[in-house]
Amino acid sequence: MKRTLVFLFTLVFAMTMVAGCGGQTEDAQTVKIGINYELSGDVASYGEASVDGIMMAFDEINAAGGIDGLQIEPITVDNKSDTAEATALATRLMTQEGVVACLGPATSGSYMATIPVAMANKVPIISASATADEGVTVDKNGNVNEYVFRLCFNDSFQGVTMANFALNNLEAKKAVIIQDKSSDYAAGLAKNFKETFTAGGGEIVGEEGYVAKDKDFNAILTKIKGQEFDVIFLPGYYQEAGLIIKQARDLDISAPILGADGFDSPVLLELAGAEALNDVYFSNHYSNLDQDPLVQKFIEDFKTKYGKEPNAFHALGYDLGKYIADAIKRAGSPEPEKIKDALANTENFVGVTGSFSMGPDHNPIKSIVVIGLENGVQASSVKVEPK
Amino acid sequence: MEQFLQQVVNGISLGSIYALIALGYTMVYGIIKLINFAHGDVYMIGAFVGFAAITYGKMGFFPALLVAMISCAIIGVVIEKVAYKPLRNSTRIAALITAIGVSLFLEYVMMFFVGAEVRSYPKVLTEKAFHLGSVVINMQQIYIVLTAIALMILLQFIVHKTKTGKAMRAVSIDPDAAQLMGIKVDSTISYTFAIGSAFAGAAGVLVGIYYNSIDPLMGILPGLKAFVAAVFGGIGSIPGAMIGGLTIGTMETFVSGYGNSMYRDAAVFLFLIVILIIKPSGLLGKNTREKV
Repeated sequence: MKRTLVFLFTLVFAMTMVAGCGGQTEDAQTVKIGINYELSGDVASYGEASVDGIMMAFDEINAAGGIDGLQIEPITVDNKSDTAEATALATRLMTQEGVVACLGPATSGSYMATIPVAMANKVPIISASATADEGVTVDKNGNVNEYVFRLCFNDSFQGVTMANFALNNLEAKKAVIIQDKSSDYAAGLAKNFKETFTAGGGEIVGEEGYVAKDKDFNAILTKIKGQEFDVIFLPGYYQEAGLIIKQARDLDISAPILGADGFDSPVLLELAGAEALNDVYFSNHYSNLDQDPLVQKFIEDFKTKYGKEPNAFHALGYDLGKYIADAIKRAGSPEPEKIKDALANTENFVGVTGSFSMGPDHNPIKSIVVIGLENGVQASSVKVEPK
Repeated sequence: MEQFLQQVVNGISLGSIYALIALGYTMVYGIIKLINFAHGDVYMIGAFVGFAAITYGKMGFFPALLVAMISCAIIGVVIEKVAYKPLRNSTRIAALITAIGVSLFLEYVMMFFVGAEVRSYPKVLTEKAFHLGSVVINMQQIYIVLTAIALMILLQFIVHKTKTGKAMRAVSIDPDAAQLMGIKVDSTISYTFAIGSAFAGAAGVLVGIYYNSIDPLMGILPGLKAFVAAVFGGIGSIPGAMIGGLTIGTMETFVSGYGNSMYRDAAVFLFLIVILIIKPSGLLGKNTREKV
């Protein structure tokens, strides 16, 4: 027994030595970047898409000679869509793997859980899709979290944009809000839509609520059918939004339906059916219809690499990969402190999800796209610039 | 007025589904005094079997409904034999906890195989809708209500006109005496589970078609609501389950339609509490005195 133990310890020790040496030799030509994403669990589709985009960007950069000769070495971990796991993995990446920056997680909740780790270890973190209004780049006392960045707009901007779209593009005067009462995301959207819509001379004639996993919306839809309104604003996710749109159209409610990036999933079409998805508009980070040559080249390259059309998460991941490489290059040397300063001082970064400069609150100042659906297919896209 | 009629249509469609699920609760309770909490998950399995039959088996509505009902009947019998029969003579709380265990087992086994993401149902019924004034009744609603009524008539026939039905009633009154009269108690219980589960399976397919969305956890809340419906109607009573289902469905619709949709579920469970205080045996329940 004792002998086996001694043998085991020796083995473990020897392996640590080997691993340690390996790490040292690699450090010379590579820069390590942590990738902490939801690769399994509830929101795996967001994480997988983001990582596909990031890897495509890194492969392009490495093939072109890296960042000033340094090859990017991504260290990918799976946080299982679990907040606690995301925190533990962020700690491991920063303290043991020695990464210079961390990308992800994709969802606001998990991303926010890694903020204290980043602040304590002084390693910058960036997310491309954490859109929550509060508690991300600015803490609850109003101080900017120095090491925390994102390259997507926040929820309030989506609510404001959709309200302006309803007022100006659809010339709506009266709106009904059907809100997912079980998510902060929908609450933020509804609040900002309401404020902007009423400030612009519109009127909210009805407000209804539902909770995630509901399937029967006939009762509330019948109730609003008796009212007069021009548009329905539907802040929520595609699982319920798809069913609400279908049931509304079945009840002959033909008013335009507006939503936000929670609608961006192929499942929306499956649930609602192509016939119901007419006069449906939602805000998003990116559209495949964008005729910008940069976007069209990205779509081509993406199809060649992965054999499918990219969605917004792929595009955001791709921009995130390019953006961190750009910041490391501008920092001059791969040190977390210098990278953080380079991220904060970004001016006119050009990406497929729009060009942006980093604002003082570490939120990017960038444009938003409003996509219109016709028979379930993305038929129009309008770009709205930030004010 | 038209809005009221539309809400009645909505309520009856929803209530028919609850009634079909409630029947299974009430039959099983009537015969072995067990609240079968796995019943809502049998309904979920029915929805997935129907999905597979339509998508991969290229079946129409009625064959798929039949396949789902038969599969659920088999699953119901297996659950009874494996999980409940060994505990028939132990305390009722042991059987109840086992039922919760079976429920979780079915949910997460299903999630392992099909994933947690919602799926849309293939289209097997025409999307036609009838307009009576401004009241819209669509084809799915008609199918749901008609299938529910047909199945309930069939059940009444089985229970009151067949030998199996007679045996079921005898076992529910007194299993020991029934056994002395030469009734096979075990197989009668199996029949009960088979019929109750088949009805849940049918409800699963109907819901899949009606709402066009299924997932492995879809059985939890409808299962609980159907349980409330069964208790309201008088648990153990078959007509009670039908009335209970329709009442709960209409009530939910009216709370959402004329009150606040956020209070819908709260209202249903508040209603359950009130019933338990005023009439513990339910609307049509028998007031049996506990024998000492």
